[in-house]
Amino acid sequence: MKILVPIKRVVDYNVRVRPTTDHTAVEISNAKMSMNPFDEIAVEEAIRLKEAGIASEVVVASFGVKQCQETIRTALAMGADRGIHVETDVELQPLSVAKLLKAIVDKENPGLVILGKQAIDDDANQTGQMLASLLNWGQGTFACGIKVESETVVVTREIDGGTQTLSLKLPAVITTDLRLNEPRYAKLPDIMKAKKKPLESFNPEDLSVDITPRLKLLEVTEPPKREGGVIVDDVAALLDKLRNEAKVI
Amino acid sequence: MSVLVIADHNNSVLNVATLSTITAAGQLSGDVDVLVAGKNCQAVADSAAKISGVKRVLICDSDICEAQLAENIAPLVHQLAEKYSYVLSAATTTGKNLLPRIAALLDVAQISDIISIESEDTFKRPFYAGNVIATVQSTDSKKVITVRATAFSAAVSTDTAAPIEAIAAPVESALSKLVSEELTKSERPELTAADIVISGGRGLGNKENFKIIEALADCLGAAIGASRAAVDAGFVPNDFQVGQTGKIVAPKLYIAVGISGAIQHLAGMKDSQVIVAINKDADAPIFQATDYGIVGDLFKIVPELIEALNNA
Repeated sequence: MKILVPIKRVVDYNVRVRPTTDHTAVEISNAKMSMNPFDEIAVEEAIRLKEAGIASEVVVASFGVKQCQETIRTALAMGADRGIHVETDVELQPLSVAKLLKAIVDKENPGLVILGKQAIDDDANQTGQMLASLLNWGQGTFACGIKVESETVVVTREIDGGTQTLSLKLPAVITTDLRLNEPRYAKLPDIMKAKKKPLESFNPEDLSVDITPRLKLLEVTEPPKREGGVIVDDVAALLDKLRNEAKVI
Repeated sequence: MSVLVIADHNNSVLNVATLSTITAAGQLSGDVDVLVAGKNCQAVADSAAKISGVKRVLICDSDICEAQLAENIAPLVHQLAEKYSYVLSAATTTGKNLLPRIAALLDVAQISDIISIESEDTFKRPFYAGNVIATVQSTDSKKVITVRATAFSAAVSTDTAAPIEAIAAPVESALSKLVSEELTKSERPELTAADIVISGGRGLGNKENFKIIEALADCLGAAIGASRAAVDAGFVPNDFQVGQTGKIVAPKLYIAVGISGAIQHLAGMKDSQVIVAINKDADAPIFQATDYGIVGDLFKIVPELIEALNNA
Protein backbone atom coordinates (compact mmCIF):
# COMPACT_ATOMS: atom_id res chain seq x y z
CA MET A 1 0.00 0.00 0.00
CA LYS A 2 1.18 3.45 -0.93
CA ILE A 3 0.75 6.30 1.58
CA LEU A 4 0.50 9.93 0.52
CA VAL A 5 1.52 12.51 3.13
CA PRO A 6 0.75 16.15 2.32
CA ILE A 7 3.05 18.54 4.20
CA LYS A 8 2.93 22.31 4.66
CA ARG A 9 5.78 24.76 5.07
CA VAL A 10 4.85 27.16 7.89
CA VAL A 11 6.43 29.72 10.20
CA ASP A 12 8.24 27.77 12.93
CA TYR A 13 6.14 27.19 16.03
CA ASN A 14 8.58 29.17 18.20
CA VAL A 15 8.24 32.37 16.18
CA ARG A 16 5.85 34.99 17.45
CA VAL A 17 4.43 36.68 14.36
CA ARG A 18 3.12 40.25 14.06
CA PRO A 19 1.03 42.10 11.49
CA THR A 20 2.91 44.06 8.82
CA THR A 21 3.02 47.81 9.49
CA ASP A 22 0.21 48.43 6.96
CA HIS A 23 -1.91 45.70 8.61
CA THR A 24 -2.56 43.90 5.33
CA ALA A 25 -0.69 40.67 6.08
CA VAL A 26 1.36 38.78 8.62
CA GLU A 27 5.05 39.74 8.72
CA ILE A 28 6.88 36.53 7.84
CA SER A 29 9.57 37.68 5.40
CA ASN A 30 12.50 36.86 7.71
CA ALA A 31 10.83 34.26 9.88
CA LYS A 32 12.28 30.78 10.36
CA MET A 33 10.21 28.27 8.40
CA SER A 34 9.61 24.62 9.29
CA MET A 35 7.38 21.70 8.50
CA ASN A 36 3.96 22.05 10.14
CA PRO A 37 4.36 20.01 13.39
CA PHE A 38 1.17 18.00 12.79
CA ASP A 39 2.47 17.06 9.32
CA GLU A 40 5.75 15.87 10.87
CA ILE A 41 3.64 13.50 12.96
CA ALA A 42 1.92 12.35 9.74
CA VAL A 43 5.28 11.70 8.03
CA GLU A 44 6.48 9.77 11.08
CA GLU A 45 3.34 7.62 11.15
CA ALA A 46 3.64 6.78 7.45
CA ILE A 47 7.31 5.82 7.85
CA ARG A 48 6.45 3.61 10.83
CA LEU A 49 3.78 1.87 8.74
CA LYS A 50 6.42 1.25 6.08
CA GLU A 51 8.90 -0.05 8.66
CA ALA A 52 6.18 -2.39 9.95
CA GLY A 53 5.76 -3.81 6.44
CA ILE A 54 2.26 -2.38 6.02
CA ALA A 55 3.10 0.41 3.60
CA SER A 56 5.20 -0.14 0.49
CA GLU A 57 5.98 3.47 -0.35
CA VAL A 58 5.68 6.87 1.35
CA VAL A 59 5.14 9.81 -1.01
CA VAL A 60 5.17 13.35 0.39
CA ALA A 61 3.58 16.33 -1.36
CA SER A 62 3.89 20.02 -0.69
CA PHE A 63 2.33 22.96 -2.51
CA GLY A 64 3.44 26.56 -2.74
CA VAL A 65 6.62 28.56 -3.27
CA LYS A 66 9.90 27.05 -4.49
CA GLN A 67 11.22 26.71 -0.91
CA CYS A 68 8.58 24.05 -0.16
CA GLN A 69 11.15 21.71 -1.73
CA GLU A 70 13.28 22.18 1.41
CA THR A 71 10.35 20.94 3.48
CA ILE A 72 9.96 17.97 1.15
CA ARG A 73 13.69 17.19 1.56
CA THR A 74 13.21 17.21 5.34
CA ALA A 75 10.50 14.55 5.02
CA LEU A 76 12.67 12.54 2.62
CA ALA A 77 15.49 12.69 5.19
CA MET A 78 13.11 11.34 7.84
CA GLY A 79 12.51 8.33 5.56
CA ALA A 80 9.88 9.16 2.95
CA ASP A 81 10.66 7.72 -0.48
CA ARG A 82 9.75 10.41 -2.97
CA GLY A 83 8.41 13.95 -3.20
CA ILE A 84 5.90 15.88 -5.27
CA HIS A 85 5.95 19.66 -5.41
CA VAL A 86 3.25 21.81 -6.97
CA GLU A 87 4.82 25.20 -7.40
CA THR A 88 2.81 28.41 -7.20
CA ASP A 89 3.12 31.85 -5.64
CA VAL A 90 -0.66 32.13 -5.26
CA GLU A 91 -1.86 31.98 -1.64
CA LEU A 92 -3.29 28.49 -1.27
CA GLN A 93 -6.40 28.12 0.84
CA PRO A 94 -7.60 24.75 2.19
CA LEU A 95 -10.19 24.15 -0.55
CA SER A 96 -7.53 24.72 -3.25
CA VAL A 97 -5.09 22.45 -1.43
CA ALA A 98 -7.75 19.74 -1.16
CA LYS A 99 -8.43 20.00 -4.92
CA LEU A 100 -4.72 19.80 -5.75
CA LEU A 101 -4.43 16.80 -3.45
CA LYS A 102 -7.35 15.11 -5.15
CA ALA A 103 -5.55 15.51 -8.48
CA ILE A 104 -2.40 13.95 -6.96
CA VAL A 105 -4.45 11.11 -5.44
CA ASP A 106 -6.01 10.44 -8.86
CA LYS A 107 -2.49 10.06 -10.33
CA GLU A 108 -0.92 8.13 -7.47
CA ASN A 109 -3.77 5.97 -6.14
CA PRO A 110 -2.58 5.75 -2.52
CA GLY A 111 -4.34 3.45 -0.05
CA LEU A 112 -4.11 6.04 2.70
CA VAL A 113 -3.59 9.79 2.93
CA ILE A 114 -2.21 10.91 6.30
CA LEU A 115 -1.88 14.63 7.08
CA GLY A 116 -1.82 17.04 9.99
CA LYS A 117 -5.18 18.00 11.50
CA GLN A 118 -4.37 21.68 11.15
CA ALA A 119 -1.58 23.98 10.09
CA ILE A 120 -0.27 26.21 12.85
CA ASP A 121 -0.36 29.32 10.63
CA ASP A 122 -3.99 29.66 9.53
CA ASP A 123 -5.31 27.19 12.15
CA ALA A 124 -8.05 26.25 9.68
CA ASN A 125 -8.40 22.50 10.36
CA GLN A 126 -10.10 21.80 7.02
CA THR A 127 -7.88 20.22 4.37
CA GLY A 128 -8.14 16.54 5.35
CA GLN A 129 -11.91 16.64 5.70
CA MET A 130 -12.28 18.50 2.38
CA LEU A 131 -10.05 15.98 0.62
CA ALA A 132 -12.02 13.04 2.05
CA SER A 133 -15.20 14.77 0.87
CA LEU A 134 -13.94 15.37 -2.68
CA LEU A 135 -12.76 11.75 -2.93
CA ASN A 136 -15.86 10.37 -1.19
CA TRP A 137 -13.57 8.48 1.20
CA GLY A 138 -13.96 7.91 4.92
CA GLN A 139 -12.19 10.31 7.29
CA GLY A 140 -10.45 9.70 10.62
CA THR A 141 -9.71 13.15 11.99
CA PHE A 142 -7.62 14.07 15.09
CA ALA A 143 -6.08 10.58 15.23
CA CYS A 144 -4.17 9.38 18.29
CA GLY A 145 -4.08 5.72 17.16
CA ILE A 146 -4.03 4.00 13.77
CA LYS A 147 -4.30 0.28 13.06
CA VAL A 148 -4.35 -0.86 9.45
CA GLU A 149 -6.25 -4.08 8.76
CA SER A 150 -6.81 -5.82 5.41
CA GLU A 151 -9.82 -3.87 4.09
CA THR A 152 -10.15 -1.24 6.79
CA VAL A 153 -8.21 1.08 9.06
CA VAL A 154 -9.19 1.49 12.71
CA VAL A 155 -8.63 5.05 13.90
CA THR A 156 -8.84 6.30 17.48
CA ARG A 157 -9.68 10.00 17.59
CA GLU A 158 -9.29 12.68 20.25
CA ILE A 159 -12.72 14.28 20.72
CA ASP A 160 -14.02 16.89 23.18
CA GLY A 161 -15.43 14.29 25.57
CA GLY A 162 -12.55 11.77 25.44
CA THR A 163 -11.71 9.41 22.59
CA GLN A 164 -13.67 7.67 19.86
CA THR A 165 -12.70 4.70 17.69
CA LEU A 166 -13.90 4.40 14.09
CA SER A 167 -13.44 1.73 11.46
CA LEU A 168 -12.92 3.21 7.98
CA LYS A 169 -13.09 1.43 4.67
CA LEU A 170 -9.81 1.75 2.74
CA PRO A 171 -8.76 3.94 1.01
CA ALA A 172 -9.23 6.66 3.64
CA VAL A 173 -7.98 10.02 4.86
CA ILE A 174 -6.50 10.36 8.37
CA THR A 175 -5.56 13.61 10.12
CA THR A 176 -3.09 13.47 12.98
CA ASP A 177 -3.36 14.82 16.49
CA LEU A 178 -0.45 15.56 18.82
CA ARG A 179 -0.24 12.28 20.65
CA LEU A 180 -0.13 9.89 17.70
CA ASN A 181 3.66 9.59 17.89
CA GLU A 182 6.86 11.52 18.47
CA PRO A 183 8.55 12.34 15.15
CA ARG A 184 12.20 11.32 14.69
CA TYR A 185 15.05 13.66 13.86
CA ALA A 186 16.74 13.03 10.54
CA LYS A 187 20.36 11.86 10.87
CA LEU A 188 23.08 13.55 8.85
CA PRO A 189 23.71 10.61 6.47
CA ASP A 190 19.96 10.48 5.79
CA ILE A 191 19.92 14.21 5.06
CA MET A 192 22.68 13.61 2.48
CA LYS A 193 20.81 10.62 1.00
CA ALA A 194 17.58 12.62 0.82
CA LYS A 195 19.17 14.98 -1.70
CA LYS A 196 19.26 12.12 -4.20
CA LYS A 197 15.68 10.95 -3.69
CA PRO A 198 13.25 11.70 -6.55
CA LEU A 199 11.30 14.97 -6.41
CA GLU A 200 8.80 15.77 -9.17
CA SER A 201 7.51 19.28 -9.76
CA PHE A 202 4.25 20.39 -11.34
CA ASN A 203 2.29 23.61 -11.59
CA PRO A 204 -1.43 23.89 -10.80
CA GLU A 205 -2.29 24.20 -14.52
CA ASP A 206 -0.67 20.79 -15.18
CA LEU A 207 -3.24 19.37 -12.79
CA SER A 208 -6.16 21.46 -14.19
CA VAL A 209 -7.05 22.78 -10.75
CA ASP A 210 -8.49 26.25 -10.14
CA ILE A 211 -6.72 27.65 -7.08
CA THR A 212 -8.29 31.10 -6.99
CA PRO A 213 -8.61 32.12 -3.32
CA ARG A 214 -12.20 32.40 -2.09
CA LEU A 215 -11.41 34.35 1.05
CA LYS A 216 -9.93 37.84 0.92
CA LEU A 217 -7.70 38.93 3.76
CA LEU A 218 -8.83 42.49 4.50
CA GLU A 219 -6.86 43.26 7.63
CA VAL A 220 -4.50 41.74 10.16
CA THR A 221 -4.30 43.21 13.64
CA GLU A 222 -2.82 42.32 16.99
CA PRO A 223 -5.27 41.05 19.58
CA PRO A 224 -6.16 43.49 22.37
CA LYS A 225 -3.34 43.66 24.91
CA ARG A 226 -3.97 42.70 28.52
CA GLU A 227 -3.34 45.39 31.09
CA GLY A 228 -0.19 44.61 33.02
CA GLY A 229 -0.79 42.30 35.94
CA VAL A 230 0.62 42.39 39.42
CA ILE A 231 2.64 39.92 41.44
CA VAL A 232 1.15 39.46 44.90
CA ASP A 233 3.14 38.35 47.95
CA ASP A 234 1.05 35.56 49.35
CA VAL A 235 -2.18 33.60 49.32
CA ALA A 236 -3.97 36.09 51.57
CA ALA A 237 -3.17 38.95 49.20
CA LEU A 238 -4.31 36.87 46.21
CA LEU A 239 -7.64 35.98 47.80
CA ASP A 240 -8.16 39.61 48.78
CA LYS A 241 -7.64 40.68 45.15
CA LEU A 242 -9.91 37.95 43.78
CA ARG A 243 -12.67 38.75 46.27
CA ASN A 244 -12.55 42.52 46.50
CA GLU A 245 -10.90 43.81 43.34
CA ALA A 246 -11.75 41.28 40.60
CA LYS A 247 -14.84 39.99 42.44
CA VAL A 248 -14.64 36.57 40.81
CA ILE A 249 -14.90 34.35 43.89
CA MET B 1 -30.81 35.12 3.86
CA SER B 2 -31.33 32.25 6.24
CA VAL B 3 -29.05 30.25 8.49
CA LEU B 4 -28.87 26.54 9.22
CA VAL B 5 -27.18 25.77 12.55
CA ILE B 6 -26.00 22.19 13.01
CA ALA B 7 -26.70 21.24 16.62
CA ASP B 8 -23.86 19.68 18.60
CA HIS B 9 -25.32 17.08 20.94
CA ASN B 10 -24.95 13.56 22.32
CA ASN B 11 -28.51 12.43 21.44
CA SER B 12 -29.77 13.54 24.87
CA VAL B 13 -28.38 17.01 25.65
CA LEU B 14 -27.72 20.05 23.48
CA ASN B 15 -24.10 21.24 23.85
CA VAL B 16 -23.93 24.79 25.26
CA ALA B 17 -21.53 25.71 22.43
CA THR B 18 -24.55 25.47 20.11
CA LEU B 19 -26.29 28.21 22.15
CA SER B 20 -23.43 30.58 21.30
CA THR B 21 -23.60 29.48 17.67
CA ILE B 22 -27.31 30.39 17.61
CA THR B 23 -26.41 33.87 18.92
CA ALA B 24 -23.88 34.24 16.09
CA ALA B 25 -26.51 33.01 13.60
CA GLY B 26 -28.95 35.64 14.89
CA GLN B 27 -26.44 38.36 14.02
CA LEU B 28 -26.52 37.18 10.39
CA SER B 29 -30.26 36.72 9.90
CA GLY B 30 -33.61 36.63 11.65
CA ASP B 31 -34.26 33.33 9.96
CA VAL B 32 -32.42 30.65 11.96
CA ASP B 33 -33.16 26.94 11.67
CA VAL B 34 -31.44 24.25 13.73
CA LEU B 35 -30.71 20.73 12.49
CA VAL B 36 -30.69 17.97 15.09
CA ALA B 37 -29.39 14.78 13.46
CA GLY B 38 -29.08 11.75 15.69
CA LYS B 39 -30.94 8.80 17.11
CA ASN B 40 -33.59 9.08 19.83
CA CYS B 41 -32.73 12.77 19.94
CA GLN B 42 -36.23 14.24 20.43
CA ALA B 43 -35.21 15.79 23.77
CA VAL B 44 -32.43 17.70 22.01
CA ALA B 45 -34.86 18.97 19.37
CA ASP B 46 -37.31 20.00 22.11
CA SER B 47 -34.69 22.07 23.91
CA ALA B 48 -33.37 23.57 20.64
CA ALA B 49 -36.95 24.65 19.76
CA LYS B 50 -37.11 26.75 22.93
CA ILE B 51 -33.90 28.66 22.31
CA SER B 52 -34.47 32.33 21.66
CA GLY B 53 -34.02 33.21 17.98
CA VAL B 54 -34.71 29.74 16.59
CA LYS B 55 -37.43 29.78 13.94
CA ARG B 56 -37.64 26.06 13.18
CA VAL B 57 -36.00 22.82 14.21
CA LEU B 58 -35.33 20.04 11.73
CA ILE B 59 -34.98 16.63 13.30
CA CYS B 60 -33.46 13.66 11.53
CA ASP B 61 -33.93 10.75 13.91
CA SER B 62 -32.40 7.61 12.46
CA ASP B 63 -30.01 4.70 13.08
CA ILE B 64 -27.88 6.15 10.28
CA CYS B 65 -27.39 9.40 12.24
CA GLU B 66 -26.81 7.80 15.64
CA ALA B 67 -23.02 8.20 15.72
CA GLN B 68 -23.20 11.48 13.74
CA LEU B 69 -20.51 10.28 11.35
CA ALA B 70 -19.43 13.04 8.98
CA GLU B 71 -19.69 10.63 6.03
CA ASN B 72 -23.45 10.30 6.68
CA ILE B 73 -24.34 13.79 7.93
CA ALA B 74 -22.45 15.82 5.30
CA PRO B 75 -24.61 14.66 2.34
CA LEU B 76 -27.74 15.34 4.43
CA VAL B 77 -26.65 18.93 5.16
CA HIS B 78 -25.45 19.37 1.57
CA GLN B 79 -28.99 18.67 0.38
CA LEU B 80 -30.57 20.99 2.96
CA ALA B 81 -28.01 23.76 2.31
CA GLU B 82 -29.62 24.56 -1.03
CA LYS B 83 -32.18 26.67 0.82
CA TYR B 84 -29.77 28.46 3.16
CA SER B 85 -27.21 31.24 2.79
CA TYR B 86 -25.19 30.09 5.79
CA VAL B 87 -24.34 26.80 7.45
CA LEU B 88 -22.97 27.24 10.98
CA SER B 89 -21.68 24.95 13.68
CA ALA B 90 -19.76 25.40 16.89
CA ALA B 91 -16.00 24.85 16.55
CA THR B 92 -16.20 21.69 18.68
CA THR B 93 -14.49 18.49 17.55
CA THR B 94 -17.82 17.44 16.01
CA GLY B 95 -18.21 20.70 14.08
CA LYS B 96 -14.56 20.78 13.02
CA ASN B 97 -14.89 17.22 11.74
CA LEU B 98 -18.12 17.77 9.83
CA LEU B 99 -18.20 21.27 8.34
CA PRO B 100 -15.21 21.12 5.95
CA ARG B 101 -16.76 17.98 4.47
CA ILE B 102 -19.92 19.99 3.75
CA ALA B 103 -17.98 23.02 2.45
CA ALA B 104 -16.17 20.82 -0.08
CA LEU B 105 -19.46 19.33 -1.29
CA LEU B 106 -20.76 22.88 -1.77
CA ASP B 107 -17.46 23.96 -3.37
CA VAL B 108 -17.08 26.87 -0.96
CA ALA B 109 -14.35 27.98 1.42
CA GLN B 110 -14.97 27.43 5.11
CA ILE B 111 -14.38 30.25 7.57
CA SER B 112 -13.09 28.53 10.71
CA ASP B 113 -13.44 29.56 14.32
CA ILE B 114 -14.90 33.05 13.87
CA ILE B 115 -14.78 35.43 16.83
CA SER B 116 -16.89 38.24 15.38
CA ILE B 117 -19.22 39.05 12.52
CA GLU B 118 -18.37 42.34 10.81
CA SER B 119 -20.96 42.17 8.02
CA GLU B 120 -22.85 39.57 6.01
CA ASP B 121 -19.65 38.39 4.33
CA THR B 122 -16.85 39.59 6.62
CA PHE B 123 -15.62 37.91 9.78
CA LYS B 124 -12.78 38.05 12.29
CA ARG B 125 -10.85 34.94 13.19
CA PRO B 126 -7.58 34.20 14.94
CA PHE B 127 -4.46 33.12 13.00
CA TYR B 128 -1.17 31.85 14.43
CA ALA B 129 -2.55 30.66 17.77
CA GLY B 130 -4.32 33.99 18.21
CA ASN B 131 -1.14 36.08 17.91
CA VAL B 132 -2.88 37.95 15.14
CA ILE B 133 -6.52 38.52 14.32
CA ALA B 134 -7.48 38.37 10.65
CA THR B 135 -10.47 40.05 9.06
CA VAL B 136 -11.57 37.87 6.14
CA GLN B 137 -14.19 38.41 3.48
CA SER B 138 -15.87 35.48 1.78
CA THR B 139 -16.55 35.72 -1.95
CA ASP B 140 -18.66 32.55 -2.02
CA SER B 141 -22.43 32.74 -2.35
CA LYS B 142 -22.95 30.31 0.52
CA LYS B 143 -20.91 30.53 3.68
CA VAL B 144 -19.87 27.60 5.84
CA ILE B 145 -18.65 28.77 9.23
CA THR B 146 -17.48 27.33 12.53
CA VAL B 147 -18.00 29.57 15.55
CA ARG B 148 -15.74 29.99 18.57
CA ALA B 149 -18.27 29.57 21.35
CA THR B 150 -16.40 31.70 23.91
CA ALA B 151 -16.65 34.73 21.62
CA PHE B 152 -20.46 34.82 21.58
CA SER B 153 -22.88 34.81 24.51
CA ALA B 154 -25.17 31.82 24.91
CA ALA B 155 -28.71 32.27 23.54
CA VAL B 156 -31.29 31.82 26.29
CA SER B 157 -34.15 29.39 26.61
CA THR B 158 -37.71 30.74 26.36
CA ASP B 159 -41.19 29.43 27.18
CA THR B 160 -42.37 29.33 23.60
CA ALA B 161 -41.25 26.57 21.27
CA ALA B 162 -40.51 26.83 17.55
CA PRO B 163 -42.04 24.14 15.31
CA ILE B 164 -40.15 20.87 14.93
CA GLU B 165 -40.18 19.18 11.52
CA ALA B 166 -39.01 15.64 10.87
CA ILE B 167 -36.82 15.11 7.81
CA ALA B 168 -35.85 11.93 5.98
CA ALA B 169 -32.66 10.09 6.86
CA PRO B 170 -29.68 10.18 4.50
CA VAL B 171 -28.39 7.10 2.70
CA GLU B 172 -25.80 5.26 4.78
CA SER B 173 -22.33 5.84 3.34
CA ALA B 174 -20.70 2.52 4.35
CA LEU B 175 -17.39 4.43 4.45
CA SER B 176 -17.08 4.46 8.23
CA LYS B 177 -18.57 2.98 11.35
CA LEU B 178 -18.32 3.66 15.05
CA VAL B 179 -16.44 0.99 17.00
CA SER B 180 -16.39 2.47 20.51
CA GLU B 181 -16.18 5.61 22.61
CA GLU B 182 -14.25 6.24 25.81
CA LEU B 183 -15.76 9.32 27.40
CA THR B 184 -14.25 10.96 30.46
CA LYS B 185 -16.74 10.93 33.31
CA SER B 186 -16.64 13.81 35.74
CA GLU B 187 -18.83 15.38 38.39
CA ARG B 188 -17.15 18.70 37.76
CA PRO B 189 -18.45 21.43 35.44
CA GLU B 190 -17.68 21.04 31.74
CA LEU B 191 -14.34 22.64 30.92
CA THR B 192 -15.52 24.98 28.16
CA ALA B 193 -18.60 26.12 30.09
CA ALA B 194 -17.23 26.50 33.64
CA ASP B 195 -17.04 29.84 35.48
CA ILE B 196 -13.74 28.84 37.05
CA VAL B 197 -11.01 26.68 35.53
CA ILE B 198 -7.95 25.40 37.37
CA SER B 199 -5.24 24.14 35.01
CA GLY B 200 -2.10 22.22 35.84
CA GLY B 201 1.11 21.90 33.87
CA ARG B 202 4.47 20.23 33.79
CA GLY B 203 5.31 21.81 37.18
CA LEU B 204 3.06 19.28 38.89
CA GLY B 205 5.71 16.66 38.15
CA ASN B 206 3.54 13.54 38.08
CA LYS B 207 0.02 12.19 37.96
CA GLU B 208 -0.17 11.71 41.73
CA ASN B 209 0.69 15.36 42.37
CA PHE B 210 -2.05 16.46 39.97
CA LYS B 211 -4.50 15.59 42.76
CA ILE B 212 -3.86 18.94 44.42
CA ILE B 213 -5.32 20.58 41.30
CA GLU B 214 -8.42 18.44 41.80
CA ALA B 215 -8.61 19.45 45.46
CA LEU B 216 -8.37 23.14 44.60
CA ALA B 217 -10.97 22.74 41.84
CA ASP B 218 -13.35 21.07 44.30
CA CYS B 219 -13.01 24.02 46.73
CA LEU B 220 -14.09 26.42 44.01
CA GLY B 221 -16.55 24.24 42.07
CA ALA B 222 -14.17 24.60 39.14
CA ALA B 223 -13.42 22.58 36.03
CA ILE B 224 -9.95 21.14 35.48
CA GLY B 225 -7.74 21.90 32.51
CA ALA B 226 -4.15 21.15 31.62
CA SER B 227 -1.30 22.25 29.42
CA ARG B 228 -0.12 20.06 26.56
CA ALA B 229 2.93 19.04 28.63
CA ALA B 230 0.71 17.66 31.39
CA VAL B 231 -1.41 15.71 28.89
CA ASP B 232 1.61 14.37 26.98
CA ALA B 233 3.12 13.23 30.30
CA GLY B 234 -0.08 11.31 31.05
CA PHE B 235 -1.12 13.30 34.15
CA VAL B 236 -4.63 13.76 32.69
CA PRO B 237 -6.60 12.62 29.59
CA ASN B 238 -6.41 14.45 26.26
CA ASP B 239 -9.78 16.15 26.65
CA PHE B 240 -8.35 18.30 29.46
CA GLN B 241 -5.98 20.11 27.13
CA VAL B 242 -6.41 23.87 26.85
CA GLY B 243 -4.69 25.59 23.93
CA GLN B 244 -4.35 26.26 20.22
CA THR B 245 -5.13 22.68 19.29
CA GLY B 246 -7.09 21.70 22.38
CA LYS B 247 -10.01 23.47 24.00
CA ILE B 248 -10.62 27.20 24.01
CA VAL B 249 -11.88 28.46 27.37
CA ALA B 250 -12.86 31.90 28.62
CA PRO B 251 -14.04 31.50 32.23
CA LYS B 252 -14.47 34.30 34.77
CA LEU B 253 -11.40 32.99 36.59
CA TYR B 254 -8.55 30.91 35.18
CA ILE B 255 -5.84 29.70 37.54
CA ALA B 256 -2.71 28.32 35.84
CA VAL B 257 -0.64 26.20 38.21
CA GLY B 258 2.87 25.11 37.22
CA ILE B 259 2.30 26.20 33.62
CA SER B 260 5.11 28.14 31.94
CA GLY B 261 2.80 29.76 29.38
CA ALA B 262 3.81 28.72 25.86
CA ILE B 263 1.95 30.74 23.22
CA GLN B 264 0.11 27.58 22.21
CA HIS B 265 -1.35 27.35 25.75
CA LEU B 266 -2.11 31.07 26.01
CA ALA B 267 -4.10 30.75 22.76
CA GLY B 268 -6.62 28.63 24.61
CA MET B 269 -7.20 30.79 27.71
CA LYS B 270 -6.11 34.38 27.18
CA ASP B 271 -9.68 35.64 26.80
CA SER B 272 -10.51 34.57 30.35
CA GLN B 273 -11.83 37.47 32.44
CA VAL B 274 -9.26 37.13 35.25
CA ILE B 275 -6.09 35.07 34.98
CA VAL B 276 -4.00 33.93 37.95
CA ALA B 277 -0.68 32.12 37.70
CA ILE B 278 1.24 30.21 40.33
CA ASN B 279 4.77 29.39 39.20
CA LYS B 280 8.19 29.16 40.81
CA ASP B 281 9.92 30.83 37.85
CA ALA B 282 9.43 34.62 38.04
CA ASP B 283 10.47 34.89 34.39
CA ALA B 284 7.89 32.38 33.12
CA PRO B 285 5.97 33.89 30.16
CA ILE B 286 2.67 33.04 31.85
CA PHE B 287 3.15 36.07 34.15
CA GLN B 288 2.90 38.38 31.12
CA ALA B 289 -0.63 37.12 30.53
CA THR B 290 -1.86 37.21 34.12
CA ASP B 291 -3.77 39.69 36.25
CA TYR B 292 -2.41 38.28 39.50
CA GLY B 293 0.64 36.13 39.94
CA ILE B 294 2.33 34.40 42.84
CA VAL B 295 5.96 33.40 42.44
CA GLY B 296 6.75 30.37 44.55
CA ASP B 297 6.51 26.66 45.14
CA LEU B 298 3.10 25.43 44.02
CA PHE B 299 3.28 22.53 46.47
CA LYS B 300 3.30 25.10 49.29
CA ILE B 301 1.00 27.73 47.78
CA VAL B 302 -1.83 25.50 46.51
CA PRO B 303 -2.38 23.75 49.88
CA GLU B 304 -2.35 27.18 51.59
CA LEU B 305 -4.94 28.38 49.11
CA ILE B 306 -7.11 25.31 49.73
CA GLU B 307 -6.88 25.82 53.48
CA ALA B 308 -7.74 29.52 53.26
CA LEU B 309 -10.74 28.78 51.02
CA ASN B 310 -11.96 26.02 53.31
CA ASN B 311 -11.68 28.29 56.36
CA ALA B 312 -13.45 31.18 54.71
